[in-house]
Amino acid sequence: MTEVRLETQGLSRHFGALVAVQGIDFKLAAGARHALIGPNGAGKTTFINLLTGVLPPTHGRVLLGGRDITSTAQAGRVKLGIARTFQINRLFRGLSVLENVCIAVTERAGAAGSMFYPAGRRGDLIAEAMELLRTLKLADAARHRVSELPYGRQRLVELAIAIALKPEVLLLDEPAAGVPSAESHIILDAIERLPEHIAVLIIEHDMDVVFRFAKRITVMVSGAVFAEGTPREIEANPQVREVYLGQAAQGAFHG
Amino acid sequence: MNFATDIAGIVLGGLAAGTVLFIVSVGLSVTMGLMGFVNLAHGAFAMFGGYVVVLAMNRAHFGFGVALAVSFIATAALSVVLERALYWPLYRSGELDQVLFTIGLIFIFIAGTTILVGPEHQTLQLPAALSGQLNLGFVRYRTYSVFLIVIGVLIALGIWLTFERTRIGGQIRATVDNRRMAESLGINVDRLFTITFAFGSGMAAIGGGLGAEFLGLDPQYPLKYLVYFLIAVSVGGLGSVIGVYYAALILGVLDFVLTLYLPKGGTIFIYVLTILILLARPQGLFGRKEL
Amino acid sequence: MRRHRLRWWEALPWIAGIVFYFAFPDYLGFGCELLVTILFALSLDLALGYAGIITLGHAAFFGAGAYTVGMLASYNIWTEPITGLLLAALVAGAIGFLSGIVLLRTRGLTLLMLTLCIMALLEQAANMGAAYTGGFDGLPSLPIAPLFGVFDFSALYADTQYLFALAVLFVCFLFVRILVYSPFGQSLTGIRENVSRMHAIGSPVRRRLIVCYTISAALAGVAGGLLAQTTAYVNLAVLGLDRAATVLIVLILGGYGRLYGAFIGAVIYLALEHFLAQVYPTAWQLGLGLMLVVIALFARNGILGLAETLWRRYENRRGPS
Repeated sequence: MTEVRLETQGLSRHFGALVAVQGIDFKLAAGARHALIGPNGAGKTTFINLLTGVLPPTHGRVLLGGRDITSTAQAGRVKLGIARTFQINRLFRGLSVLENVCIAVTERAGAAGSMFYPAGRRGDLIAEAMELLRTLKLADAARHRVSELPYGRQRLVELAIAIALKPEVLLLDEPAAGVPSAESHIILDAIERLPEHIAVLIIEHDMDVVFRFAKRITVMVSGAVFAEGTPREIEANPQVREVYLGQAAQGAFHG
Repeated sequence: MNFATDIAGIVLGGLAAGTVLFIVSVGLSVTMGLMGFVNLAHGAFAMFGGYVVVLAMNRAHFGFGVALAVSFIATAALSVVLERALYWPLYRSGELDQVLFTIGLIFIFIAGTTILVGPEHQTLQLPAALSGQLNLGFVRYRTYSVFLIVIGVLIALGIWLTFERTRIGGQIRATVDNRRMAESLGINVDRLFTITFAFGSGMAAIGGGLGAEFLGLDPQYPLKYLVYFLIAVSVGGLGSVIGVYYAALILGVLDFVLTLYLPKGGTIFIYVLTILILLARPQGLFGRKEL
Repeated sequence: MRRHRLRWWEALPWIAGIVFYFAFPDYLGFGCELLVTILFALSLDLALGYAGIITLGHAAFFGAGAYTVGMLASYNIWTEPITGLLLAALVAGAIGFLSGIVLLRTRGLTLLMLTLCIMALLEQAANMGAAYTGGFDGLPSLPIAPLFGVFDFSALYADTQYLFALAVLFVCFLFVRILVYSPFGQSLTGIRENVSRMHAIGSPVRRRLIVCYTISAALAGVAGGLLAQTTAYVNLAVLGLDRAATVLIVLILGGYGRLYGAFIGAVIYLALEHFLAQVYPTAWQLGLGLMLVVIALFARNGILGLAETLWRRYENRRGPS
């Protein structure tokens, strides 16, 4: 197996009496295309929050490239190369698309604390942001206010901000959530074109997306890992079909 | 007078003031807990209620009790009209808009009162039964203060029982804890808010009437006591009736002691204490969620 | 991204400021008040308009600056005006920094309450130390040394005061303008627009907020110091809720997060106040209240925001033809 980028050991999170995440041992390989699936309330987003340092774990450790980052704060983990997107857009809604991406690029480049020259004078950072918008086919909207874009394209901006951080590990929390199915292909295309070296973990409900994209799948149920394997193994696992899909969604695996 | 009776006097006086503070603030605490709405104009309802009481007694010669009841109804009615007409569009706005809007309302109330009634200080003549001294055995003290303290205990108990034992109380508690969850359970949060807003404003009116005799009543009232209402609510914890009760009583006693012994700037200790408490517990002493 | 470039109309406020000096020599006292208010509102704009720190206690820093200048002058310790303002900035900035460290961990109503309490605390401290601060009566007839040792701060003619205030405002404005268009300013805007996203892109949010709050406090301190110098007077009113609310209203009226909102808001507010408040104080207050309600409900971005919307509409209509 290839090198492990991100790893958790016995990771748990309790909210009072509620155990949201329970003893998860998880490995994300370098350059992985890994999907995390599970019913609503399985603890997927909590797990992402533990990986990114939004929440401290109750027990367990998080390792990045073998280094223990459990006590590293959120901002520190971003600097080490973990970026994420959110299930519900968290954008700078009043700013233009270009400004949204520029804020991220500037922060990553370590220039965001500079006070005494105009941000517009950093041509290199703006060019980088424009280039990124071009690869995501957002260049034509660069000057538009984010809140004026259709939701599907706003989701692309959400993705662009994360990519602008040049992460080694990218955590995507339902990137196509809320996007009308007619537009969802633009998100999927963008995800498929992500640089190969980035290890991607995607939470997704749409099985088409999962099976098209993922080389490896982890199934979470009630805060714990229920099954893990290749798409073929997961598809063949009768327990997964039963627990995760129920009877109603029998056809979902094959669309 | 010896030291012990001095202390008893101070505590009773402070408790009476704290009781008024509680009656005014309790509605604010619950509505802020429900909606997260920063209603700085809450004191305006207390002032409005106070004026209704004073005018009803001085001009229409109503009894104290009747005047209070009229004031409760009039203020609750007014608050519902304002809530439905002006407040609700701002529920989903940011705090800044809410702050501006309610500061605007305060100014309108101040100006309106000045125009309609006049800028002068209003005096409230207590009924004879409440205006004397009462012998409590260990100390003789103003009947009215003792009356206020008893009323305060009854009101606190009443509201607390309503919260714990009735359906609507349960709905309020559930919504304060987790609004989204409550909505998904089918609780009509908007209606619940209108009801509590009306009730809270009515209570503020009663507080304004009960406190008029010693807090005074003039058009500047909503600004003058604004910080105290906010301290009682935030230190007590949003949505916590017991929290506001304790916070208001402590605040009342502290203020009474400090203005007596350190008339110049003594209240600085209240602010220091508030800052320390809020830094240690941003959700307040009895609150369950962050402000 | 090119918004930092100067446009022709940005010269207008300064031309107006100089024209005012020649056109209304009898109103220079009022002019000083106007310039001080603009500076104060500008300082608030940095914290509230750009970084989204909602505060009801900004007068704390204004008052700290005013008392720094006032007390130093009153006891004849330091009367030189320019260094006096630097000291005011230093003291107010230090208070902003220290309170920012503790306050800016909180959000929402807690933050609002804490800013209010810090201000009330300073007000009561000034009241407690009435022997030194003059309490409600204040410190009158402050001696201010001549500017550059030459130009007197005369009690009768406010021309030195006015030009000095105009120059101070100009320098502070340039500083703020550079700041808001810098990468730092851009990241403050990011914090205002979506703080959790800023955390997620690895921004040291709290540190940025503290830096911004400190600078904003220092500028408010300069405004306060300038008030003490131009009026030769300071009293407890510089620290009150009234002043904090007024500056908030001025900024919101003009439009926050827009640099020039402070100018528009201060001009309109003070002009109205000057002419209305003396004659019909109650009507003024009523009008102010109604105006706030209308702004909160319908025109959140103030007069400048309204103008921008109208302008954009006009351009759109003109666009296709």
